[in-house]
Amino acid sequence: MKIGIPRSLYFYYYGDLWLRFFDNLNIETKVTPPTNQEILDLGNKLAQDEMCLSMKIYLGHIAYLKDCDYILIPRIDNFGSNNQTCTNFLSTYDIASNIFPNKILNYNIDLEKKQSEYKGFLKLKKDLNKSKKEIKKAYLKAKEQVAITKKQKIKENIKKLNKDGLKILLVSHPYNSYDEMIGKPIIESLEKLNVQVIYSDLFDEEKARIESKKLSKELYFKYNKENIGSIMLSLKKIDGVIFLSSFPCGPDSLVNELVIRKLNLPTLNLIVDDLSSDSGIQTRIESFVDILEAKNE
Amino acid sequence: MNKIIAFPQVGDYAYPITYLLKHIVRAETLYIPHISSETIELGSRYSPDFVCTPFKYTLGTFIECLELGANVLIQLGGGCRYGYYHELQKEILKNLNYHFTYINLVTEGKTDIKKIIKQFKKIDPKFSILKGLYYLFITKNMVKYMDEIDEYIRYNIGFEQEKNSFLNLKKEMLNSFSKTKGYFSLKRKYRYYKNKFKNIKLKNEPRFQVGIIGELYTVMEPSANYELELELASHGIAIKRYTNATYLLFEKKKKVKKYLKKAKDYIKYKMGADAADNIGRCIELCEEKFDGVIHIKSSFCTPEIGASLIIKKICQKYDMPLLEFSFDTNTSKVGMKTRCEAFVDMIEMRKENEKVLFRN
Repeated sequence: MKIGIPRSLYFYYYGDLWLRFFDNLNIETKVTPPTNQEILDLGNKLAQDEMCLSMKIYLGHIAYLKDCDYILIPRIDNFGSNNQTCTNFLSTYDIASNIFPNKILNYNIDLEKKQSEYKGFLKLKKDLNKSKKEIKKAYLKAKEQVAITKKQKIKENIKKLNKDGLKILLVSHPYNSYDEMIGKPIIESLEKLNVQVIYSDLFDEEKARIESKKLSKELYFKYNKENIGSIMLSLKKIDGVIFLSSFPCGPDSLVNELVIRKLNLPTLNLIVDDLSSDSGIQTRIESFVDILEAKNE
Repeated sequence: MNKIIAFPQVGDYAYPITYLLKHIVRAETLYIPHISSETIELGSRYSPDFVCTPFKYTLGTFIECLELGANVLIQLGGGCRYGYYHELQKEILKNLNYHFTYINLVTEGKTDIKKIIKQFKKIDPKFSILKGLYYLFITKNMVKYMDEIDEYIRYNIGFEQEKNSFLNLKKEMLNSFSKTKGYFSLKRKYRYYKNKFKNIKLKNEPRFQVGIIGELYTVMEPSANYELELELASHGIAIKRYTNATYLLFEKKKKVKKYLKKAKDYIKYKMGADAADNIGRCIELCEEKFDGVIHIKSSFCTPEIGASLIIKKICQKYDMPLLEFSFDTNTSKVGMKTRCEAFVDMIEMRKENEKVLFRN
């Protein structure tokens, strides 16, 4: 049995967990390569033209996995009513099952209805042909390992806050910041300009969610809460904030606008779609860094 | 300072809302201006670029109302992004130097009744919950009656013998409803007008039936869909539409399960907002042998974008004509009209072909 895992969207939240989980169960996996033009083209062909760029890329990744027995596509509804996700996270499974002939390995997280991640994983036992005990063991072990690496990553990210030089917080969903075609070129050009890039997803989630209340009291999108909470957690140590979102991201369109209005820091709002030119974005980044440097002097 | 209340314009629901507010709080309720091209322009000027259109429409209305002197704004809110509008709209209007109280009724898909009562008490210290409940009950029934009669109008308005007889009577009914004294007087009025609507003379023509499904605001607010229903009616089409206030407020919880069951060959979960409902409705329309399906939404409405992909698949399977509109603030009405005409022509041609096949 080979399980295909698209390197997009959910992967950047759960990829580590999945790979270790299947490894613990001795199940073969295939992860798609980082997004390339071929994948983007595949996605563009399948997607509705109004879908967001990240969703188009996700569909492209799934299409790339056509030779796998199963493709792993979870559905993540909410982590309680005040921690909801974007509606795309609710519908990807159903959209994919209507487009692709492959079998889909699916679990559902819906804490409002008491469907936790653990329960979801246990339900995979039928498709994976494993006993409940095996799955439980593999899941708990993977969870432990993931917690350690995540802690390490957060530590490294926060360490950057105390380094010299310009420090810019990149506020973006991880599936955008780490994507080869969305965030990678932006991060590379920032690093070329000797800027320390701090990632918004590598902070303590719990703390970030509490801090986010200072910027938006009634926000109920979990991932956006963590994003803007990271601004409050690093506020005193950063020189500027870059908001990066994929066109036309629903939650970002409201939340980022609100935060930019409230924030007393230099900000740059980058919106990427599959037609945006690299050089245009490059120029905007360079001038933003120039402004920050001039301000510091 | 006098309190003057304003709320966004959705369909004809300004009548029952004004009625309710007039009776439960001692404050003035503004006569809400209809959405015009200026409203839309105002709204889009101060909105983020790719937010969904209801945000722009309601923001435009709020600015117009504030200019007219309103100082209490009520936003409905809801699930998906709609529940989060209020925080950004408040900030935008504050930055424009307006002073107001902002009440949001639904957030996270839930209503915090205690908080709302508290806010109403701030507007009117003598706000009484008991009185509020009584008028809420009457208003609920008023909305129910309105929606029921609207359904009849929608199905028949394209076939009236005398032009505008439906719309004129509807205006008369709404005015009469807003002067209702109590529950029984409302019921009497409802029976009277129901009878009157049934007596409007209709042309005896064969009719095509088309179902309209889609995102709630665009479906319910005529200016958001550029008066699509009237346009279709002028081509002699009987319209069935599912979404109205009665559905959203009282029936959705029950019916969603029915629609999910109906759509179980296509979807397993709810897909946010009304997406799953619309997929179920689409199958229902196909099974009931309607002549066409029209799926409308505001641009960038994420749940409906996903649903649209599946609706296309269903319509292909059932060989059902499908027309899709994604309305934006700068959609041209002429373009909409042309597409409607072509759609109606296509339906007519299909019917003709069927007849020919049958004769042979």
